Amino acid sequence: MSSESNTTKSEPTEETTTDESSDRLIDTAAVSTTADESRQQSNSMIADTVIETRNLDVHYGETQALDSIDLEIPENQVTALIGPSGCGKSTFLRCINRMNDLVDSARIDGELFFRGKNVYDDDVDPVALRRKIGMVFQHPNPFPKSIYDNVAYGLRIQDDTENLDERVEQALKDAALWDEVKDQLDSSALDLSGGQQQRLCIARAIAVGPEVILMDEPASALDPIATSKIEDLIEELAEKYTVVIVTHNMQQAARISDQTAVFLTGGELVEVDDTQKIFENPDSQRVEDYITGKFG
Amino acid sequence: MSSETPDIVTSDTDASRTAREQTYRVLFLLCGLLSILTTVAIILTLLGDALTFWNEVPITDFLLGTNWSPQIEGEYGVLPLVSGTLMITVGSALIALPIGVLTAIYLSEYASERIRAILKPTLEILAGVPTVVYGFFALVYITPILENIFPTIGTFNALSASIVVGIMIIPMVSSLSEDAMSAVPDSLRNASYGLGATKFEVSTTVVVPSAVSGIVSSFILALSRAIGETMAVTIAAGSTARLFDGSDPIGSFLLSTETMTAAMINIGKSDVDPTSLTYKSLFAIGLTLFAITFTMNVISNLVAARYREEYE
Repeated sequence: MSSESNTTKSEPTEETTTDESSDRLIDTAAVSTTADESRQQSNSMIADTVIETRNLDVHYGETQALDSIDLEIPENQVTALIGPSGCGKSTFLRCINRMNDLVDSARIDGELFFRGKNVYDDDVDPVALRRKIGMVFQHPNPFPKSIYDNVAYGLRIQDDTENLDERVEQALKDAALWDEVKDQLDSSALDLSGGQQQRLCIARAIAVGPEVILMDEPASALDPIATSKIEDLIEELAEKYTVVIVTHNMQQAARISDQTAVFLTGGELVEVDDTQKIFENPDSQRVEDYITGKFG
Repeated sequence: MSSETPDIVTSDTDASRTAREQTYRVLFLLCGLLSILTTVAIILTLLGDALTFWNEVPITDFLLGTNWSPQIEGEYGVLPLVSGTLMITVGSALIALPIGVLTAIYLSEYASERIRAILKPTLEILAGVPTVVYGFFALVYITPILENIFPTIGTFNALSASIVVGIMIIPMVSSLSEDAMSAVPDSLRNASYGLGATKFEVSTTVVVPSAVSGIVSSFILALSRAIGETMAVTIAAGSTARLFDGSDPIGSFLLSTETMTAAMINIGKSDVDPTSLTYKSLFAIGLTLFAITFTMNVISNLVAARYREEYE
């Protein structure tokens, strides 16, 4: 399903209406060597679809943020959402776990299926949904509590505190943070470095056992070393979880994702395909222009 | 040579500029010192007269005495007054702290923009009502209502005074607590919602704990205000100095009581001789009151510093 190119509305016009600052140029030749080809190919053949949208529209007041998005997100893969600022990729991410419900002016039309169930149906509890679909934000946002309490937070609010110590430890191990913090679990999470805080936020998200992890530019506030640790971690997480990541950094998308969806100005999903295909040989001229840095 | 010297050496205009800057500095310093000097002067005045009072009435008799009857019996035990003040403070706190914090949570987390735009200014009007109006409100409206529940209640009683003082300090608690809660970054709320927390869980497990230093500061400021409150309690609670009866707590609240502030008013407005012991006792009470509120402020600062969270 995800291997066939799904080019919606690909008018190859030289539309350079966007005035956003240009993203980093990408060396398309380098992509094939950095992308994790083997996993990508083996997975995309067998993967089930976890999330699927049909005609998803989002408006903030009068402004249209997403325009009729059809997208399928396969299980246990990393799907990258890329595109210039204001193209709606973060909005799309926040639709998946209904975080846009918190924005008064947001209006959502269309359908968004999570394992076949439309999450915008009246009988869906967004609180329960968010326990299945975790989220990691752009800036590390640990609670002003201890490291332990941060990771235990989600389990405690669900009154699910059986074997709490082990589960906190496991989450920290899965987030590649355990070795660095195991002797200071009671100290404040705010004393950690930015990169450690972000891995703590990932541990906090996976502690409650979600199926999907949404990441909204999780490394954009971090230095290169911390970024590379997060990227390694994301690739490991994809073995257990379905990961959807918004990123501004095209090299990052190329390095860590299996599938890439390109959003362009106006909230339009222009092309979605295997990451390698998107970066080497996109169908859409506009995607090629964006990826090669002609605009965006 | 001189033409090569860059134009950075002090000239006459620079000198006058420096002098002007110096003048501003001194001016601003004087303004800052003014409040400090006033405080010191007040303390010294209080202390001077209080010490002459304590020369005649031993300080232990004053602080530990259980009978306040300056003009009739010449007894100067301040405990009944402290007891009256504490009763009003605790009573009003029982009303104002929960209502104030819950109001703050509502304003900060639940209220829509429109409701907030109505409710916040309304609460601030509460804070602007003259306290003498509150006193009569208690006397004329609250006490008759309470009479339906407690038929034995006195015309002047601690309960109605506690209620009005409580109402009076709600805006202080709610406004300062709401400021502290609004200052909690949205990123923390999002993190909590993202983990599947309900609005109530976000409020109780993230917003309130993160704002705890501001909330506690608001409590202590509000309590200081209740301790120092004068007009409303003098009108509503009357002027019968009476020690709190631990065996009948509710009964104690139904009777007239006299707070430290009310006692000072009563001495101040009676025609006692300014050289008399009774008149001097006014300063001893004043200094005790000051010591209590000063301690509260110090605690407030310590608490704020202890629990202050740095966000990012």
